[in-house]
Amino acid sequence: MGTITKVSRREFMKATGAAGTGLVLAFYLPLGSAESAEPFTPNAWIRIDPNGTVHLWVHRPDMGQGARTALPMILAEELDVEWPQFERVMLGAADANVYGSQLTGGSTSIRTSWERLRQAGAAARHMLIAAAAAEWEVDPSTCHASKSTVVHEPSGRSLGYGELAERAATMPVPEDPPLKDPEDFQIVGQPMPRLDHPARVGGTLTFGMDVKVPDMLYACVARCPVFGGTVAGYDEAAARAVEGVRDVVEVETGVAVVAESTWAAMKGRDALNCQFDLGEAADLNSAGIAELFERRGADEGHTTRDDGDANAALSTASRVLNATFEVPFLAHATFEPMNCTAVADEERCEIWVPTQAPGLQHQGVTQHFGYAPENVTLHVAYSGGGFGRRILPGYVVEAVSVARAARVPVKVVWTREDDMHHDQYRPASRHILSAGLDRSGNLVAWKHRVVAPSITGTHFGGDLQAAAGEATDGAANLPYAVPNCHVDYCRADTAVPPGWWRSVFNTQNAFANECFIDELATAAGKDPVAFRLAMLGDAPRHRGVLELAAERAGWGEPLPAGRYRGVALHYSFQSWAAQAAEVSVEDGQIRVHRVVCAVDCGIVVNPDDSAAQVEGAIVLGLTAALKGEITVEGGRVVQGNFHDYPLLLMREMPEVETYFVENTIDPTGIGEPPVPPIAPAVANAAFAATGVRVRRLPIRPQDLRRA
Amino acid sequence: MARITLNVNGASHTVDVPEDTPLLWVLRDTLGLTGTKYGCGIGLCRACAVHLDGEPVAACSIRASAVGEREVTTIEGLPADLSHPVQRAWITEQVPQCGYCQPGQIMGAVALLARNPQPSDADIDEAMSPYLCRCGTYQRVRRAIHRAAEEV
Ligand code: FES
Ligand code: FES
Repeated sequence: MGTITKVSRREFMKATGAAGTGLVLAFYLPLGSAESAEPFTPNAWIRIDPNGTVHLWVHRPDMGQGARTALPMILAEELDVEWPQFERVMLGAADANVYGSQLTGGSTSIRTSWERLRQAGAAARHMLIAAAAAEWEVDPSTCHASKSTVVHEPSGRSLGYGELAERAATMPVPEDPPLKDPEDFQIVGQPMPRLDHPARVGGTLTFGMDVKVPDMLYACVARCPVFGGTVAGYDEAAARAVEGVRDVVEVETGVAVVAESTWAAMKGRDALNCQFDLGEAADLNSAGIAELFERRGADEGHTTRDDGDANAALSTASRVLNATFEVPFLAHATFEPMNCTAVADEERCEIWVPTQAPGLQHQGVTQHFGYAPENVTLHVAYSGGGFGRRILPGYVVEAVSVARAARVPVKVVWTREDDMHHDQYRPASRHILSAGLDRSGNLVAWKHRVVAPSITGTHFGGDLQAAAGEATDGAANLPYAVPNCHVDYCRADTAVPPGWWRSVFNTQNAFANECFIDELATAAGKDPVAFRLAMLGDAPRHRGVLELAAERAGWGEPLPAGRYRGVALHYSFQSWAAQAAEVSVEDGQIRVHRVVCAVDCGIVVNPDDSAAQVEGAIVLGLTAALKGEITVEGGRVVQGNFHDYPLLLMREMPEVETYFVENTIDPTGIGEPPVPPIAPAVANAAFAATGVRVRRLPIRPQDLRRA
Repeated sequence: MARITLNVNGASHTVDVPEDTPLLWVLRDTLGLTGTKYGCGIGLCRACAVHLDGEPVAACSIRASAVGEREVTTIEGLPADLSHPVQRAWITEQVPQCGYCQPGQIMGAVALLARNPQPSDADIDEAMSPYLCRCGTYQRVRRAIHRAAEEV
């Protein structure tokens, strides 16, 4: 271990800005699953004050997924403190050199923090017990800790953590403190109210949009709506004539109008009446992108899985099925549109931003402007949703540019239309599948080709292998036993910038896989659940969620007239999710009544919040399945607001039931894994209702009326 | 610039703003009442819901100058100790996720219950469908409204 250390008061003060009295321990929370080398700089601290309050400092933005409550719960469990007599501080100021990317994404928060938080809590508890034992001159093994108190049972004496904190700080940090048996957990696994919900309910939580700094003005930026285009001319005088407008400045992304209110900035921006140089993408449209995907799909693919000989097995199979699936670009449409507040000059800058990746953005600003890293201070504001939108530094760099040019503190506000026109979009993709069944209806061959733009390739470069790995995540790891399996990827970039969207490529791949498996079950004359289970002999956790979902959904039992079921199963971000959807279809209009979701994500730290995550994931995925589509005309996004990019409504909300597989395995992700199964579960239910196979998203009434 | 007097949460405020400024931006930028949110700006999402004399309206879609004598109630006008039955139900049911839409949802729910103390599911569908939530909290919004109805 050796990763939990004491720190000097000076170092602690420097890192957290807080005084280091009482017992302070520093440790390192790994921030991504891929991280191997361990930095020596701590990025998390706990402090027990002489008055008994426990503080946790940890760098982890919260987009609404409750990590700010779940992480302290894990620490509190091993430390044996009373919940919620606990204060936690999420440090805002970011320095990429110390904190890595601080990325909240890939459902990593709990997964990567679990062990370290437990060890830190156990180490502190051990030191508190040692301090009490020294005080009483007894053997530490005769003492135990409970609810922020150390007790010596033989003598009945007890001391609170606060009274022990200073002395505990003089005790050695234990090498390998024993951790609790998960069976004995008292806090982890209990539904705990989220700590910052009172502020959310009271309307007092400060989102990025709500940040106000002294002398701050508001800005809107006119950007060319065509991807890659630029602003060629504008009417500065007209913008300045708008009441409340203070300044008009040019930045790399366009022209910013700086004003006394958001409203004046919006109106001033409109008054600019920009002319644009449309650039090379001016003729791009959705039909052209579909053609490109079709052409690319005929090329050689980059192979990411190759078991047996899929082509040979297809040529001898007794039955071969082929299908092509298409999914569109999607916008994130976080409910809080993009924004960023900055105070900046040539030497230094200070930033307030709702973000999923403060470290990456800190680095982006530092590099873009050539600031010394210590001269860039980044404060993490609360985010009104993230879903993968708040990762790249572009909107932060832009705000700093505006603040530098205007020489005033400024908040750059994106309108809903700005946000929808200048997102990084969930990639559109095309999936070409073939499969073969033998005489008894067993799956003997499977081929899946993914045609799509590359997200990381576009933003960070890298080779085709990395791009293929990303794009076939959820395709290459098809869980079903099939002796001949070939999965590959054809990269098809367009001018539309691709981005990470909750569960990344798993939404597209799960849709193709799970619809096609359903089709094969029908062809084999088998029940969709039984067909899948028969091929999951070596995949017990896949089987576990599928069986649980089927059981809770009453799979196989009769439904009310006009109701039909569909099922889907998918593994992503180290968790398993299966969903059974109940739908009815009237004149092509699909209505989802009930969704039963079973998840295996190991130990569930905060079950109520995890259930909320599942509900949210299903709504996001269902919105995409039924409504979501970004199209391109003339090199620009057609949709702009909620009339043409509609969200699911209250009256369309199905009843969602969430069940967790109970086990004592270390926790894994919950934010993303329940997104991928919903579209195929609903599409399969639509087939049960109509006999029509859905081959593209969103599910359109005219597609279901085909029968 | 127009000089406008607004009654907000029981206090009178006089502001100088461009005549066409929507109430939303006067609340947020001029009066600093940032609990009322911007989501779409054109009446499609209700993140900006406030009450005018108890009636829910989209603050982005009404000019401040058109409010007149009517009493404006924002999320900040509900009890600061969160003792309103709707606020309490919202905590009990752990409704929010990111929370950005929640001030609007809560103002919508308060107005619904004032008009209809025992709303059915269909009443809730009807009244609350204009209130969008990207995080998908609808199921909990529904539960919380029923819970608050029991308490009232
Ligand atoms: S911001 Fe007013 S309805 Fe959306
Ligand atoms: S809680 Fe995030 S938009 Fe509703």
